[in-house]
Amino acid sequence: MEEKKSRTSIFQSKYKREIITKLLAYILLGTASIILLIPIIWMITTALKPLDEVYIFPPTWIPKQILWGNFIEALTFLPFSIYFKNTAIITLLSMLGQLMSSSVVAYGFARLRAKFRDVLFMLVLATMMLPSQVTMIPLFILFKTLGWVDTFKPLIVPNFFGNAFFIFLLRQFYMTIPTELDDAAKIDGCGYFGIYQRILLPLIKPALATIAIFSFMWGWNDFMGPLIYLNSPEKLTVALGLSRFTGVYGSTAWNLLMAASLVAVLPCIVLFFFAQRYFIQGIVITGLKG
Amino acid sequence: MEKGKSLPSKKEERYFYLFISPWLIGFFLFTAGPMIASLYFSFSQYNMVKPPQWIGLKNYINLISDPLFWQSLKVTSIYSFFSVPLGITFSLIIALLLNQKVRGLAWFRTIFYTPSVISGVAVSLLWMWIFNPEFGILNYLLWKIFRIKGPAWLFDEFWVLPALIIMSLWGIGGGIVIYLASLQGIPTELYEAAEIDGASSWNKFWRVTLPLITPVIFFNLITGIIGSFQVFTQGYVMTGGGPHYASLFYVLYLYQEAFLSFNMGYASALAWILFLIILFFTLIIFKSSSLWVYYEGTRR
Repeated sequence: MEEKKSRTSIFQSKYKREIITKLLAYILLGTASIILLIPIIWMITTALKPLDEVYIFPPTWIPKQILWGNFIEALTFLPFSIYFKNTAIITLLSMLGQLMSSSVVAYGFARLRAKFRDVLFMLVLATMMLPSQVTMIPLFILFKTLGWVDTFKPLIVPNFFGNAFFIFLLRQFYMTIPTELDDAAKIDGCGYFGIYQRILLPLIKPALATIAIFSFMWGWNDFMGPLIYLNSPEKLTVALGLSRFTGVYGSTAWNLLMAASLVAVLPCIVLFFFAQRYFIQGIVITGLKG
Repeated sequence: MEKGKSLPSKKEERYFYLFISPWLIGFFLFTAGPMIASLYFSFSQYNMVKPPQWIGLKNYINLISDPLFWQSLKVTSIYSFFSVPLGITFSLIIALLLNQKVRGLAWFRTIFYTPSVISGVAVSLLWMWIFNPEFGILNYLLWKIFRIKGPAWLFDEFWVLPALIIMSLWGIGGGIVIYLASLQGIPTELYEAAEIDGASSWNKFWRVTLPLITPVIFFNLITGIIGSFQVFTQGYVMTGGGPHYASLFYVLYLYQEAFLSFNMGYASALAWILFLIILFFTLIIFKSSSLWVYYEGTRR
């Protein structure tokens, strides 16, 4: 009897402890959420304020007067529509290049056997460690001699030769698909390219989506690349245009700066909300299996 | 039919090289070739007007007596030393909290990850405004909640780095997602076994959870250090390396030497030192990993 009693009390105290832990978890998570959300809220509210309300103390959380016109003013002061078009061209073509090249290369590493395959794959992984600054200067000189400076080519063309990170990610995906599928296709007279294109490519669509998203994000947010290669005002990207904004407007018109920044990050946020699953998948795979 | 351990046919080998040819060509054109060129430049004087001129170790010797080189190294090391461990700690804590079978997990995950989605120039501008000494939200909240008069942040030689470290913690969402996934992968039997042995929550964390996720911490430590040594945008957009070089990040200095002063040789030497530093840290972490990283299926 006594044993039974003590056991229920153990259960009770365990139950109690669990409730307390959970409550504590909610409080801490709630606090962390608020702290992380404040900058975004601050960005939105500033973007909607008239300039004289930006410079008051204490600051207001909800603008007394909501100025949607800030967005129009911010986007027309500098030719942002051109920046958006430029960024879209660079980003989408880079994405296309990555999807084609990385998926082909990863198929080779995942499915075909050759004497030096493992050595070459180690080399792929090793290039991930190399800081891009080491190759930056010779590449600049190379593209300058080719007459590619102040064009989009230096930012697009290298993407058609695969990226170590994506090759690694896709290879991991190919490896999860049973080779029996390849064998069956082979019996039906499918060549290596047919297996890649007709059997495996449709099966790794989720991974391709992940790559498309990451490649989009990197292209969209890239700053150093455009900074080095693009000069003409009509060739700037959104990131580069934003950085010039401070110079042109001075860092005083914070409402317009925040409005422009908000529009600049909007494509990434929208993409994230609609394709969250692929984001999470991509981070988890690359972060866990390193 | 080819199976298992049979030798690859000549045809298969040929196709292998065909399939990986984009990467192979890219490797020679955009990685290996430029690496050799950059190594050569690092031993030359080169301003892009005249052809590079071999000067031996002079660039590297000049580095030793260059105060800005040491300053940029110091700034970057301090930034890395604080932002990487703090980032790992905070993302791990949040992941542990999320792993307490809380409701609304998807919501929390979205909130924590959203800041990582937006990066680059827009975020730098946003934080410039947050850190504004007079009208920024941070100093307002410090005053409102703690009655502390906040510092001038980006305009203060001492506070500029802490400011940028705080800003880096805003983007820990990726880490949270990774740690959460690895925590969810720990088999519950292990906790049940520990409970039968009478382990407290604290013990369970130190003896079960932490050892099992050390491989993930290990991986994030390496990528974190590599990333923090390549910080550029914040320095370029927010501070321009100032005030008085207090936020002169290594890559910012490299960029200035290469593309503003056109000292391509000197900048190449800087790039190779950066590579060696990254290599050094990676090797140290790798070497030390046998002491603290636990891999399932191997005995220590």
